[in-house]
Amino acid sequence: MKSLAELKELRDKVKKDMKKRDQGTRPEIIVGMGTCGIAAGAREILKAILEEVETRDIDVRVTQTGCIGMCEKEPLIDVRMPGKERITYGNLSTSDVKEIISKHVINGNVVQELVIARHSE
Amino acid sequence: MNETIYRSHVLVCTGTGCVSSGAKDLKTTLEKELTAKDMSGEVKIVETGCHGFCEKGPIMIIYPEGVFYCEVNEKDVKEIVDEHLLKGRTVERLLFKEPMTEEQIPSYQDIDFYKKQQRISLKNCGHIDPESIDEYIAVGGYEAAGKALTLMEPQEIIDELKESGLRGRGGGGFPTGLKWQFARNTESDKKYVICNADEGDPGAFMDRSLLEGDPHGIIEGMMIAAYAIGADEAYVYVRAEYPLAITRLEKAIQDAEEYGLLGENIFDSGFNFKLHIKEGAGAFVCGEETALMNSIEGKRGMPKPRPPYPSVSGLWGKPTNINNVETFANVPYIIKEGAEAFSSIGTESSAGTKVFALTGKINNTGLVEVPMGTTLREVIFEIGGGLDKNKKFKAVQTGGPSGGCLPEEYLNLPIDYDSLLDAGTMMGSGGMVVMDEDSCMVDVARFFLNFTQSESCGKCTPCREGTKRMLEILNRITEGEGREGDIELLEELGDHIKSTSLCGLGKSAPNPVLSTITHFRKEYEAHINHQNCPAGACQDLLSTYVIAAEDCIGCGKCAKVCPVDAISGEIKGVFAIDEDVCIACGACEPVCPVDAISQG
Repeated sequence: MKSLAELKELRDKVKKDMKKRDQGTRPEIIVGMGTCGIAAGAREILKAILEEVETRDIDVRVTQTGCIGMCEKEPLIDVRMPGKERITYGNLSTSDVKEIISKHVINGNVVQELVIARHSE
Repeated sequence: MNETIYRSHVLVCTGTGCVSSGAKDLKTTLEKELTAKDMSGEVKIVETGCHGFCEKGPIMIIYPEGVFYCEVNEKDVKEIVDEHLLKGRTVERLLFKEPMTEEQIPSYQDIDFYKKQQRISLKNCGHIDPESIDEYIAVGGYEAAGKALTLMEPQEIIDELKESGLRGRGGGGFPTGLKWQFARNTESDKKYVICNADEGDPGAFMDRSLLEGDPHGIIEGMMIAAYAIGADEAYVYVRAEYPLAITRLEKAIQDAEEYGLLGENIFDSGFNFKLHIKEGAGAFVCGEETALMNSIEGKRGMPKPRPPYPSVSGLWGKPTNINNVETFANVPYIIKEGAEAFSSIGTESSAGTKVFALTGKINNTGLVEVPMGTTLREVIFEIGGGLDKNKKFKAVQTGGPSGGCLPEEYLNLPIDYDSLLDAGTMMGSGGMVVMDEDSCMVDVARFFLNFTQSESCGKCTPCREGTKRMLEILNRITEGEGREGDIELLEELGDHIKSTSLCGLGKSAPNPVLSTITHFRKEYEAHINHQNCPAGACQDLLSTYVIAAEDCIGCGKCAKVCPVDAISGEIKGVFAIDEDVCIACGACEPVCPVDAISQG
């Protein structure tokens, strides 16, 4: 270790992973992982989200939730941007995930044609 | 370095407390279960140091949700993986329940035990993997050392420490900045820094938890101290009874050496620093600084008269600065955040926070860190969750075997170095043993004196002979052989031992006795004058039990519960207790359906 700058560089490299343990506010993607969701392919959706989040290197919290009753529309994900209403997307394929992340999570524009519900909390 | 970004982190506490309640097996089972469900690439398992809530171990925290599970065992793992990690449903039955309200609390910041704490020295314990230098750096580790070595002059660091008001956390409470100044002022070609991790107080385990949970924090604190006083070599003197702490510290030293954070020309500042571990053999007296240095030098662990103080002539006759583990743990915070940030916490005379080891008859046993000035009541009843089995509070013993007992009237006392001294006890290393109505204060005093007496190194007469005589007197009092004048004799002996002993061990050994005489004199008098132990704890003073033959229905329930087989008789006949065998434990009394048993 030769300088503070070198330490900071190392820190930037390693701190991304630690953000998982940060309880601050940031965009959240919630994947419906009830039995219905898993049967409809939610695991693939979840993996696609994680891959996309990693390739784009964005700070997002990815969590799961159980069945919310709209089993017909699985796989479902919710996107919650800080301070904005919670948007539920349904009938998703892995390619929809990329679109939702680039349009909604990064640029803040809801992907209207995939929305099946909105709720303010 | 692993580049995979996991969606979830599962923190499993592997401090000594949780390991002894099964955390290692828990982790293995979790690994297997995640592999079976093909989730090992998504979920990262992190072993952390102690969370402090040892009462509820093994502890598991799942991020990003921050859900806190307690008393988790191997059988719960499948449910956690299936429900929480796969389906995102919290396993409610494993959540923590507040003892007072029975309310289930999912998030760990919301539990009373944690909510009321302020963690500075323990901030990384339970949050990062202590065996990963990367995680320590990720949370800002070694930045304080970098700042100190590249941007600050040694004197500036010492001034910052002085201004912060940090005082020695090992118990003495001596201002740390001033101690460093003395060591800096002594001219010498060679100086040493020592970290005193010879934690010997019964019940205290903050030093162990810090070394196990955040070893790099201690290394960083020591590095800053060495740079400030002009030393290039240091020792951590740690008890051999702390194998996990030693393993983690060894790993931390090795990693820091690889990263060039230990060794030569650190941060290109020309500063060299070498760190050694010295394992102590577990003698209590080696926590005393001069005895500790003797032990490092390979001599018998006995104290030396001071002066000369270690800052003038210490290890191998060279100027040496010795601080406690917790003291070093506070140093990086002060350098990084500034003296003012630190001194704004706590009281005027005692800045910052203090870690306490809560033990005894209390609900939430564990490690807590609170700002100085927090009252005993807040620590015991709000954070500690009150007394076990709703018993009545009787006293709290602070400062370990060198401290004293405080009764109920002192519960509103704000805790700092000076307030405790004024009350007749001391901060010590931060042990806090809570006693309920069933604790006999004479017996408690005898317990602690028995400890210090057997740990006395024998070098000076007052401690060697005096504590032995005091213990003999206490023994006879608890056996019902107490004599008129014994209390006064204990006080006289205690005062002499305190004023004439060579080191801190003897100077403080009489404290538990003297403070219990001050606050609980009536209990001593009851033992001596009436051969009676009001708390019912001293076996020799309890009268044996008898069965009223006319009431006995011959059910035999009493005979079944008697641990020493003192009760005999025939079913449907009459049972009787052999008073020579009876130990007066009282086990038989509540089981008798017709209340025929009483103390004779």
